[in-house]
Amino acid sequence: MTITLIVLALMMAVFVGWLFSQSINVRPWIAETSRARPLPRIIPPSVTAPRVGLVVFLAVVTSVFALSISAYIMRMEMGTDWRSVPEPGLLWLNTGVLVLASVALQTAWHAAKHGKRPLLRRTLVAGGILTVAFVIGQLVVWRQLSAAGYYMTANPANAFFYLLTALHALHLLGGLVAWGRALNKLYGGAELARVRAGVELCAVYWHFLLLVWAVLFGLVLTT
Amino acid sequence: MGEREYDASSYVPPAEVGEMELVHPKTFIGKYIWSQDAKVIAIQYVITATSIGLVALVLSLLMRLQLGFPNSLTLIDPSSYLQYVTMHGMIMVIYLLTALFLGGFGNYLIPLMCGARDMAFPYLNMLSYWVYLVSVLLLVVGFFLPGGSTGAGWTLYPPQAINPGTPGVDGGIILMLVSLAAFIIGFTMGGLNYVVTVLQARTRGMTLMRLPLTVWGIFMATVMALLAFPALLVAALMMLLDRLLGTSFFMPGMLSMGELSSHEGGSPLLFQHLFWFFGHPEVYIVALPAFGIVSDLIATHARKNIFGYRMMVWAIIIIGALSFVVWAHHMYVSGMNPYFGFLFATTTLVIAVPTAIKVYNWVLTLWRGNIHFTVPMLFAIGFLFTFVNGGLSGLFLGNVTVDVPLSDTYFVVGHFHMVMAVAPILVIFGAIYHWYPKVTGRMLNDTLGKIHFWVTFLGTYAIYYPMHFIGLEGVPRRYYAYGETTFISDSVQALNAGITIAAFIVAIAQVLFLFNLVWSYFRGRESGPNPWQANTLEWQTPHTPPRHGNFGEELPAVYRWPYDYSVPGAKHDFIPQNVPPEEVEYEESSKSGGRA
Repeated sequence: MTITLIVLALMMAVFVGWLFSQSINVRPWIAETSRARPLPRIIPPSVTAPRVGLVVFLAVVTSVFALSISAYIMRMEMGTDWRSVPEPGLLWLNTGVLVLASVALQTAWHAAKHGKRPLLRRTLVAGGILTVAFVIGQLVVWRQLSAAGYYMTANPANAFFYLLTALHALHLLGGLVAWGRALNKLYGGAELARVRAGVELCAVYWHFLLLVWAVLFGLVLTT
Repeated sequence: MGEREYDASSYVPPAEVGEMELVHPKTFIGKYIWSQDAKVIAIQYVITATSIGLVALVLSLLMRLQLGFPNSLTLIDPSSYLQYVTMHGMIMVIYLLTALFLGGFGNYLIPLMCGARDMAFPYLNMLSYWVYLVSVLLLVVGFFLPGGSTGAGWTLYPPQAINPGTPGVDGGIILMLVSLAAFIIGFTMGGLNYVVTVLQARTRGMTLMRLPLTVWGIFMATVMALLAFPALLVAALMMLLDRLLGTSFFMPGMLSMGELSSHEGGSPLLFQHLFWFFGHPEVYIVALPAFGIVSDLIATHARKNIFGYRMMVWAIIIIGALSFVVWAHHMYVSGMNPYFGFLFATTTLVIAVPTAIKVYNWVLTLWRGNIHFTVPMLFAIGFLFTFVNGGLSGLFLGNVTVDVPLSDTYFVVGHFHMVMAVAPILVIFGAIYHWYPKVTGRMLNDTLGKIHFWVTFLGTYAIYYPMHFIGLEGVPRRYYAYGETTFISDSVQALNAGITIAAFIVAIAQVLFLFNLVWSYFRGRESGPNPWQANTLEWQTPHTPPRHGNFGEELPAVYRWPYDYSVPGAKHDFIPQNVPPEEVEYEESSKSGGRA
């Protein structure tokens, strides 16, 4: 559980530190002295509800993967039956595809910011297609592994490999729902500012899942 | 408040929180079934949670019947007894308490108390309730499967949870795990809403440190739940794979019913770590909202500002953070390294410090307050006693050397029922008596309320106090029958019979409460908008019950904290949060005394 605790401690430290900074020098029992005095400014305009919502959700997803990785390491150390999974070369290709998906969405975000509708359209669609390609690639890796006899039940290392890749792919597929909504807005002719609000969430979420995949892949490679 | 003047001094800066678009449905179904109004969703949560909670209450009565008067009911056999134990625990902890505090009170109170029109993401909020309902229905279906629901104990420890021979191993356990996963997904949708609404949708002037402690408690509990529930999700998924596909995450190789099982090398201990990594924060997920609500009940009904507001907020935050590093105190008997146990005993006992700060502050708030013994106040005071009593036995169990002999006895059952079942439930009752007038526009009947309080409060002591003694004798929990033993004295049976009688009396009092809820809805005294003369924003809405959008044309602006009760010199003993300083009325004598 060390990994979970470290990750959680970091997240908690940021959050609790922020809360303390909001509360340490405040005297809540003092009321405003006049109606005319401008009431305290609450939220900077760049901090929108969907952005905050995404950050909170990423914290939840971080918790899911940190716990899974902790379980992976604990199970590896606790049992004597751990035999590592081989890493098919296709995994490297898939990783490349996911990187491209992330780059595409980042470009889309950039295009939306600068009002380049055609570029936005192309890169947003490319991001989705590359993501689907990644998921299909992962399925092919599963087939290769099971064809080579690395069944889920044969060894805990295999079971964890299938579990972690499935969890990661499910999160990507969930992201495709948000991607679909952004795409729908774009083709529905919505204002660029509204499309951008959706695209930026997708881009950040994809970067985050790329990072998660890098960690998971690294874990599988080194153990 | 006389004529309003519209000169420069009454200028209020424009709202900085953007107005949100609300979905205003016209049809009955749109308004009350597929509703995106947090208040309706809250009531949906409360009704669903209470209904499934009543099922769990009946299960507990069946268990008590078997323990107090063995074999009096032929329907209860050993395996159904285990199923009752399991489902009672699981329903009460997760599907009732968590859902009621966060889904129920969270949804109703967060937008109103923060001065928001609705939750930040209303559609997601609606989805959250429906996924919760699905998870409850899956749980209910489990009762009717061949083999029934699972009987693995609410902790679902492997290997026995999915081993042949345990009740419900065919279907019950599968539905249980799927239902838990659904609950967690649904909760995450709701939880995102609660957190983002508190952070983003507060009205002008509502700084974090002007939030009522109720919101603080629910907010911190939600943050913890968002981070802790994933542990249960991961554990449930892995156990589901063990059960369905035959993997060996948790299942060791073993001989079961004379046959070698197909599993090999899995670690039951891994499950315990994951489960309690969720399970211990869960205690505080239930406790923190109770702490928050009880603070507001005490301040309002004692007409006094809460003592040490900042300390109360920091204590909530510190308790929340610390509760993530104590989980292994549930595992002292799992054969862990003694130094490891020592570490966790230390962190466990350290939590007593912020908790004690809260208890002292509640008592100091009551000290020389103008205490009104209303029904909500009675429940709040009842909570203080029960929580302290339950907490003190927690200090015993937190120590490894004391815990080991007491582990899995009725002492533990007595302890956790006092501290995390009865104490939060008393707060829930107090909160319902407190906020029912806002939800319905009518008061609950006072006499029935007082009978309900005294029977429940004294009755729960009659139930759980003797359990501590039974536990000290070493009587283990979760046993259907004890047979002949050398260590259980004869008086234990007499105590058990007494506990069962008390349990039935308490259950009848709850029927009275439900009757009060329904009767008062139609016949209760009209309450007016602010019957308790409270300061928080939900009592200042233009309509009671508040309509969709909560605050009419314009959102309120906040000028003060919610605890301006009995302000020296002020004419009334309460000044609501949205009253501008110019409109506060002072006693003539004190005004001439030079008060600004």
